[in-house]
Parts: sequence; structure tokens; C-alpha cells
Amino acid sequence: MNRLSWFNVTSLTLGFAFLYLPMVILIIYSFNESKLVTVWAGFSTRWYGELIQNEAFLDAAWVTIKVAVTSSTLATVLGTMAAYVLVRGGRFLGRTLFSGMIYAPLVMPEVITGLSLLLLFIGIGLDRGVLTIVLAHTTFSMCYVSVVVSSRLMTFDRSLEEAALDLGCSGFDAFRLVTLPIIAPAVISGWLLAFTLSLDDLVIASFTAGPSATTLPIKIFSAVRLGVSPEINALSTIMIGIVTVGVISASLVSKQNSLRQQRDEQAAARTA
Amino acid sequence: MQRLALIAVPYAWLLALFLIPFVIVFKISLSDIALAIPPYTPTLKDGFGPFFSALDFENFAFLASDDLYWRAYVSSLRIALVSTFLTLLVGYPIAYAMARAPEEWRPTLMMLVILPFWTSFLIRVYAWMGILSQEGFLNQFLLWTGVISTPLTILNTNTAVYIGIIYTYVPFMILPIFAALDRLDGSLIEAAEDLGCSRFQAFWLVTIPLSKNGIIAGSFLVFIPALGEFVIPSLLGGSGTLMIGKVLWEEFFNNRDWPVASAVAVILLLILIIPIILFQRNQQRQAEDEA
Amino acid sequence: MTQTVFAPWDDPSKKPLIRFDCVTKRFGDFVAIDDLSLDIFEQEFFALLGPSGCGKTTMMRMLAGFEAPTEGKIELAGQDIAPVPPNKRAVNMMFQSYALFPHLSVYENIAFGLRRGDMPKNDIDDRVGEMLKLTRLEKFARRKPHQISGGQRQRVALARSLAKAPKLLLLDEPLGALDAKLRQATQFELMDIQEKTGTTFVIVTHDQEEAMTVASRVAVMDEGRVIQVATPERIYEAPNSVYVADFIGDVNIIKGTAKPSGSDRYEILHTDGQPPFSAVSETSFSEGQTCHLAIRPEKVSISADRTADADNAVQGKVLDIAYLGNLSTYYVELPGGQVIKAQTANTRRVSRRGFTWEDSVWLSWTATAGVLLAE
Repeated sequence: MNRLSWFNVTSLTLGFAFLYLPMVILIIYSFNESKLVTVWAGFSTRWYGELIQNEAFLDAAWVTIKVAVTSSTLATVLGTMAAYVLVRGGRFLGRTLFSGMIYAPLVMPEVITGLSLLLLFIGIGLDRGVLTIVLAHTTFSMCYVSVVVSSRLMTFDRSLEEAALDLGCSGFDAFRLVTLPIIAPAVISGWLLAFTLSLDDLVIASFTAGPSATTLPIKIFSAVRLGVSPEINALSTIMIGIVTVGVISASLVSKQNSLRQQRDEQAAARTA
Repeated sequence: MQRLALIAVPYAWLLALFLIPFVIVFKISLSDIALAIPPYTPTLKDGFGPFFSALDFENFAFLASDDLYWRAYVSSLRIALVSTFLTLLVGYPIAYAMARAPEEWRPTLMMLVILPFWTSFLIRVYAWMGILSQEGFLNQFLLWTGVISTPLTILNTNTAVYIGIIYTYVPFMILPIFAALDRLDGSLIEAAEDLGCSRFQAFWLVTIPLSKNGIIAGSFLVFIPALGEFVIPSLLGGSGTLMIGKVLWEEFFNNRDWPVASAVAVILLLILIIPIILFQRNQQRQAEDEA
Repeated sequence: MTQTVFAPWDDPSKKPLIRFDCVTKRFGDFVAIDDLSLDIFEQEFFALLGPSGCGKTTMMRMLAGFEAPTEGKIELAGQDIAPVPPNKRAVNMMFQSYALFPHLSVYENIAFGLRRGDMPKNDIDDRVGEMLKLTRLEKFARRKPHQISGGQRQRVALARSLAKAPKLLLLDEPLGALDAKLRQATQFELMDIQEKTGTTFVIVTHDQEEAMTVASRVAVMDEGRVIQVATPERIYEAPNSVYVADFIGDVNIIKGTAKPSGSDRYEILHTDGQPPFSAVSETSFSEGQTCHLAIRPEKVSISADRTADADNAVQGKVLDIAYLGNLSTYYVELPGGQVIKAQTANTRRVSRRGFTWEDSVWLSWTATAGVLLAE
């Protein structure tokens, strides 16, 4: 257990090289001077400069962020409600259908989800644009949020809610004052998940976006269909950078918190 | 009252934006293409009686008769199956080594596996375009080392699609297998060796059976999305790469034949229902085992 | 100066604080509480004792309002409490897990219930201070629950549930999470606080020693029914059934048939060819009725020679000896094959071991030492 055999070292090295080398290469080539992506012509930040001046990309990025913030916030509210219903709702009419509708979007091919939503929007005569993308993204990401939140709720000590009721809280107050603050980390990671899902989504957005609203993935997709471009490399590098910094700092914060908690508990045990 | 509202809001949302759209897809798959807006007939404007009598299975008959669709379904299934198997071969040793790594490394290794999840799927697929192309990084590297003398054609072939699927989905394979192996009690292996097994026998007779649930879960998690994949075949695959997600996309956006696109979606869904149900069963059994 | 004994249950003019009136609770097919009636009086320290699954926790949750009886009714101070939701009941509960809110400080935990009413801020502050003082937690007011020890957490939970000055405090295995030493000290603390605040306590426990120590009365439960309700002394010395006798402490049960032999006196025929035992019983038995003689091991004395004036004396062979430090228990096999436990206190530090394995010894006890039980 303590020492890794050569086999394990090899699998870890090769495995992580496989996972990370493509991204490293992408990042390196984003600093390439040459327009020909595959020929190294010296270090340059030229493509970043061009990217910042590319109005179309900036517009798409703005639309994407608007959509992601709105849809992930809506999805977090709806998904948390759904999780609460799933874990605490008891029995009600159509419970099986409800849990089915929560889990089905997780395994549904995106082409089908996208197609079906588009047909709905056309059927009810809703103009395709930012609103329709938000509706579509909220629908599938609320399911992810509800899975994340419900797995936290399942391990939640129910007597905490009962204690709140016992001390005079109404049901809603018990949720607001006790349950929500305690499950907040899960709700936040649900939001982050919904946010990145929305940020990344190409297929569903392509179906539900109209000509008036283009998101960044749609823009990138139509650009890379024509082949590799250094500008896209630069854009990808920025996106990878943001995610990496975000994820690493989030995990450092949570590690710090759990370390502090551990230290406190040990100190408390000593003074007892 | 509160409880009712709590249930009703997400319920109504999902009914309106998940279930009803499917009913519409199903309905349109039974309709005919028309030069109108929307481009199919009948619609409810035609009245109830004519509406139902105008629905038929023509599109499905068309799908069955045109072997393009047949080949697309079969080839999607084949690509999804083969790449699931390859992903298992790549993912298992990584998960195994992670579970054997020193305790204090494991959270970091886990994070390294999860990190790509948070990175744009599109970008991760795109990264391979630069590597696999004729004058891409891989060919340059192989030419430089002298392994090959003329560049290989990898991009726009099925090989590139396999690589893309393995690359983007391998974390889905690693995580459940790692979870199963991490729980595995090391003394079981020692007991097997103590009872006369060789290393390899102990692995084959103890480790593999005990990580079975992880393998099954991981395989479904790769197979199900791979079957309906669109981005990977359209960026890495060639004109010869037939995958149903791509066919559906083209039917819809290029041919604008909504009824046929809907029929393609309905059949894809029917194909997916079996593995989805099997997957659910496996998850449930696993949860029961743990309880 | 005469001290009045606290025994409201013997006073017919007293009205009970809580009355369970033919209460039944079913979960699907499972009967958790089976047609149960019970009175609990004001200022009592009442213990519900029984093995897990006997229904004691269900009774407590019905009092708190988390479960509703399927049949029958529960009254609190003469009022049916069925329509009152948990957050409107003058009943508070101390949870087994303590259920302290991890995101709130000790102070905020104790103030939580007070803030739900319209109590002025100053009064809340005073009341919390009072509770902190009562539970000796003044120094920890600003700490979070994970920053204090298990014993302190237990006191926070107690302070929080007492802060609203409930008519009734429910304690669900309040000491279950503490280690043995701390538990003993805390038992006395609990009794002390109960006396100071004059609150009625109902405690649920599976630990008989705990119930005996703290409670004014104990209800021994099994399978959703109350088997016996009595003071700890009566539960121990005068159990009403083999179940209670066996559940509380160590006991020898000798099965036989009764034969009246004078007023309140019976001979118990237990094994063919062996002399009968004699016992005194308040409840009467008819000739030939099956009965069980229950005798505590410490009431059986062991000696090398026959004790002349004992009501019962039998000879047997030492089978096993359990040395417990303060006590030794001898397992003695009688000629009929029964094994009787006899306990002696080891009052001297270095004493000659009286008996050893295979020794032939005499066991003796008086006619009043045991209890005669029908079932």
C-alpha cells in the first residue's frame, strides 16, 4: 500500500499525461507567433490581443455569461426544491414520474433534449433567443443540481430539522435557518456545476438559440469546424485557466476548512 | 400549502419543459413533412379528428427502408461499444493505481481526474484536432523520432473518434472504479496470497470481482452518452463516420426534415432505454448492497 | 421535621400532567405502541426503559409532536395535544444526537428557541445567561458546537431545550454518547437541574442503571406495551413479571408449581425428588399453578456448611466463578441440574478465596428473599 509498484507508477504517469498533455499542447500553441498553428515560430501574445478586439467573440461571451448566470441561479432554486421533495417529500401522486423526470435528463443524449425543446418553443410560438436558451439550460441543469443537493440531504441529520420545529420554527423557518445554511456548500457546488454546464453547452444551445443570440460554444464550434486556429487556442487557454484557478482554489478552501474543523475538534477533545 | 407549492413548482417546470417536449417529438415523428411553418402536418389547427387520423408510422418505415439510417444506428452502437471497452482498458489501471497510491495523495489525484470535467467539453475535443491532424503534433513527433516516414492520417477517421471518446469520457470510467477499489479491504488481497494465490491470481479472483459494480457503472456512464454523441464525430470524425447524433443534427439543420429527425430521435431513445434501465438496476443493487 | 415523600401517583386527587389514553400507534402493519395507558405527573423524573424497538422512542416522538397516535389520545395538562403542531407545543426535546446547529455558536443555539417568540432582546440575553450559568457553559458561549467536548455539547443541548421553560422536557438517550465515567457524573447533574428547574422530565433509555439512578418512576416497556410502572426500588425488589425481573439486574428464575402452606406462604415444587423451596407471596397462587421464583443473586448466601435457621438450603457444586473485583458471582449446580447464581461482596482486600471449582457448597435464602411470579 505504501510503496507504489512500477506498474502503478507507470499507469499514473501515462494516465495523467494522457489527460493533461493535449491541454498543455493547446496552451503552448496559443503563444505561437505563427498563424500556422502547427509550426512553432516563437513566443507571442499576439492572438490574445486579436481575441480582445474580436467583437463577435466578446458579444458571444457576454451572451453566454448572461445565460449561464440566469439559468444556473434558476436551476439552483428549482433543483434544491426538487431535491427537498425527493428526499423529504414523502409520498405524493406521481412521485415515480417526478423522480424519473429528474434522472432522465442526466442520461438523455443532448441532441434529443435540444430537438424536443426546440419543437416545443416553435409549437408555442416562442421566439428563439436568450430566453429560450435560459429555459433549456435551466431544465437540464436543475436535474444535476437536484442530484448534488439530494445526496447531501440524504446524509443530513433529520433531528436538526426536528429540533428547529421543536424550538418553535415553522417548516419554512426550519429550512431557512437550519437546513439551508448547513447544506449551503452542496447548493453552491450545484450552482457552480449548473454554471459550467451552461457555459460549456453546445448542442442544446444550437437547437434553442435563434439568430439573435449566439453563445460562445456555438461561435467556437463554427470556427473550429474550419480547422485549428490560434485565436481559438488563446480563447481555450483563458477558459482553461479560469476553470483551473477556480477549481483549485475551491478545493484549497474546502481543505482548509476541514483542517480547521479537525484541529478544533482535537482541541475540544483535549480540554474535555 | 407550502408542501404543495414546493412539489408543484419543480414538477410543473419538468412537465412543461421535459415531458411535453417529448410528447411533441413523438407526435411529430408520426407527422408528414410539409412546406409550411412549422414544416410538418398535421397540426392541431386541423381539428382533433383529422389530426389523429393523419398520424402514421411512415417515417419509421422510411428509416427502416433506407439503409443509411440502419448503418448509422449499427455503427453508433459499434463505436460506443468498442470505445467503452477501450475506455475500460485505459481507465482501470489508472483507477487501480490511484486506489493503491498513498492515502494523502488520493484527494489530489481525485481532483486531477475531476478537473477536466469542469473544462469545456468542446475545448477538450478541439485540443485533439491540433494533435491528430496531418501536420499535427503527433505526426511531427513521430516523424522526428523516426518511427514513421510519412505522416499518418488520423484526424477525420474513426480512430480519431475513438481517441476523442476515450479522452473525454475516461474520468467517468475512473471515478466509479476508483470508488469501488478504494473501499476494497487490502487484507483481502493478502488473505488470497496467504492462501496460495499468485499476485495475478489474487487480482483476477478477488480484485476484479469486487470492483465489478464500479466497472459496470463506469461502462454505462461511458456507453450511454457515447451512443448519442455529436461533437466528437463532427469534429474528429470524417465523412465516413456514421453516428446517429450527427445524422439527427444534419437531418434537422441541413435537410430540415423535422418528422424524420423526430423519428430518428424516438428510435435512439428506444435503443437507449435498455442500457438506462440496466444502469439504474445496477445502481439500485449497489445501494442495497451497501445498506 | 417530617419530609413529605414525593409520590403524586399515590394521591388520587392529583391530576396527571400527561395522560396516555389507550394509545395505539401503527406504522403500516407494525404495531409500535399497543393500546397503552399511562399517567405522568408534574415534576416527575419519569423513565421509559426497554430494549430497542420496544416503542419508547415512538412514545417520546408522539409527545414532541413528530408522530401522531393512530388511535387513542394524549393529554397534556388536560388538553388533547393531537391538533397542536410540534412548534406550538410547550414541550421541548433533547435529541439523542443533541442536534446542535453546527453553524451557530453555543449562545445562538440556546437563544434559537427564544428568538422564535416575541421576547425582547434583553430578556433573551438574560435567559441565555441564566441557562449558561445553570449548565456551567459561560466560558464557551462564543464557541461553535464542534469546538467543545462531548460532555459540553450534551449540556448545550440540555440548556437549549430548557431555555423556553417547557412544561415538559423529553430526553432521548441523553447520556448515550458519553463514556461511562462522564455518564455517572452527568446523571447527578441532570437530577440536580431537574430539581432546580422543577420541570417534568421524561427520559428514554435502554440503560437500566441510568433509569434506576435518575428516575422517580420507571416504566419498563416491551413490544409496545408497558409491563410495569413503579419506583426503582419496587421495580427491582418487586417485579411484577419474569420479564421485568430478568430485564432489570441479575436474577435466578426457578420454575415450579405452587402449593399453599399457610397464609401467604407457598411451597414450590421444582424438581422431582428434591425438597421444595418455601416462599412468601402477596399475590395468591392456587394449588398446582405454575409459578416462577425470582431471587437476586446477592440474596443467596453461600457457605461451606448448612446454615441452621435458613428457610431454604440446598447443597450444590461450584461450576464457575466470576470475579468482578468488588463482587464475586458463584455459579452453583444443584443436584436437579439447575444452576443458581450466588453473589458475595469482596469486603476484604486480601482474603482467602473461599471456594473453588468443584467444591461442594450450601446455598441458603429466606422465604422473603425471592418474589413469586405467575409469568
